[in-house]
Amino acid sequence: MIELKQVSKWYGAVQVLNDCSAQIHKGEVVVVCGPSGSGKSTLIKTINALEPIQQGEIWVDSIPLHDPKTNLPKLRSRVGMVFQHFELFPHLSVTENLTLAQVKVLGRSLDEAKKHGLEYLERVGLIAHKDKFPGQLSGGQQQRVAIARALSMDPIVMLFDEPTSALDPEMVGEVLDVMVSLAKEGMTMVVVTHEMGFARKVSNRVIFMDVGGRILEDCSRDEFFGNPDARQPRTREFLDKILHH
Amino acid sequence: MLDLDFSFYNWAMISDFVLKGFYFSLVLTLIATLGGIVLGTLLALMRLSEKPFLVWPALVYVNGMRSIPLVMVILWFFLLVPLIIGQPIGAEISAVVTFIAFEAAYFSEIIRAGIQSIPRGQVMAGEALGMTYAQNMRLVVLPQAFRNMLPVMLTQTIILFQDTSLVYAIGAYDMLKGFETAGKLFGRPVEAYLLAAVVYFVICYSLSRLVRRLHQKIAIIR
Repeated sequence: MIELKQVSKWYGAVQVLNDCSAQIHKGEVVVVCGPSGSGKSTLIKTINALEPIQQGEIWVDSIPLHDPKTNLPKLRSRVGMVFQHFELFPHLSVTENLTLAQVKVLGRSLDEAKKHGLEYLERVGLIAHKDKFPGQLSGGQQQRVAIARALSMDPIVMLFDEPTSALDPEMVGEVLDVMVSLAKEGMTMVVVTHEMGFARKVSNRVIFMDVGGRILEDCSRDEFFGNPDARQPRTREFLDKILHH
Repeated sequence: MLDLDFSFYNWAMISDFVLKGFYFSLVLTLIATLGGIVLGTLLALMRLSEKPFLVWPALVYVNGMRSIPLVMVILWFFLLVPLIIGQPIGAEISAVVTFIAFEAAYFSEIIRAGIQSIPRGQVMAGEALGMTYAQNMRLVVLPQAFRNMLPVMLTQTIILFQDTSLVYAIGAYDMLKGFETAGKLFGRPVEAYLLAAVVYFVICYSLSRLVRRLHQKIAIIR
């Protein structure tokens, strides 16, 4: 469903993505991990063209993102994205956050959008907060609303960019729970995260990136966690550091 | 010693001379604020765009306007434009056009700062939901930016109200002119200017107190 072919990207003279290739199939849950500065957030943002690329090809649902003629807003409306810092719209209520793009982008009626959005709000367990503003919610609650907002658009794939990194430790669980249930339902997901517990529990595949924006590993979960001897030295070093705490 | 006589200052004088001028100052302020914000938003968006052919005209216009005294712009417009179009323009119309054009430059800088104060992540969130640039600006960025900018904009409007007195240069009848005319008529120019100062002070000071309270209120909500 998603295909990256030899994608490279530079910020000025600094190369942040180096010849990255990967495929993500329908229904797969792929975790992208790696040290900071490895370009994993940049990589995931290229999948809905929030970050332009200078070289290579990206295909999403057979649509070429690298083609300047592609209608990017239309494509993005079908790709759900959850950000590290939630990025709910602070001037709008929770319900308005859920309905805004459904109405303005997908052209749904307000009633329809409300009904649809509130179903997802119910799913993430926050229906009681529908009239509040984002600033009145905790970080974990905001992130769950953000997930509901993305789901309300009925995306074909969900991208998560470090969804729990900005949360207090006790709120990480509630967000991961929502993500786990999504994964179990068969949603196609690409997740940039350091939560190796999540990767072990629900991912199909793990992509490991290293500084300089290169993909070092791209293998099944069982291979990644179960067969450390076959991993690159750099990967082993990283896993040692984050798993032994 | 100073021998002041304020006896000419009564309701008849106010209604005969000052009110008409006050009304013009007020209308000029409101029109120039609205027009300045609309045009200023456009200029700000041009300056923030990535296209040089939009950035440069806005840059030249804004910096040009901000580098010359308002009174000169008022005079130029009043004197030069009739030469170009071949017929005179009234002082009132001339003042309105000039003030909109001039204030747009100042408002555009306020609005540009306001837009830039909105985190990049908000823009990305709007884009990620499939919104076009225009939708993102109208529905996500500008509503937040204007809210942040409101106190600064109101302050600019208060300054603008004071600046309307500069239309004296082209003989338009504003509030100051009202006081001046009355002062001349009653032979009490010093008293008239003193009174004008008091009135300007009371209006502008109370408005800026209001803005301060508003600022605190907005600050609490955020």
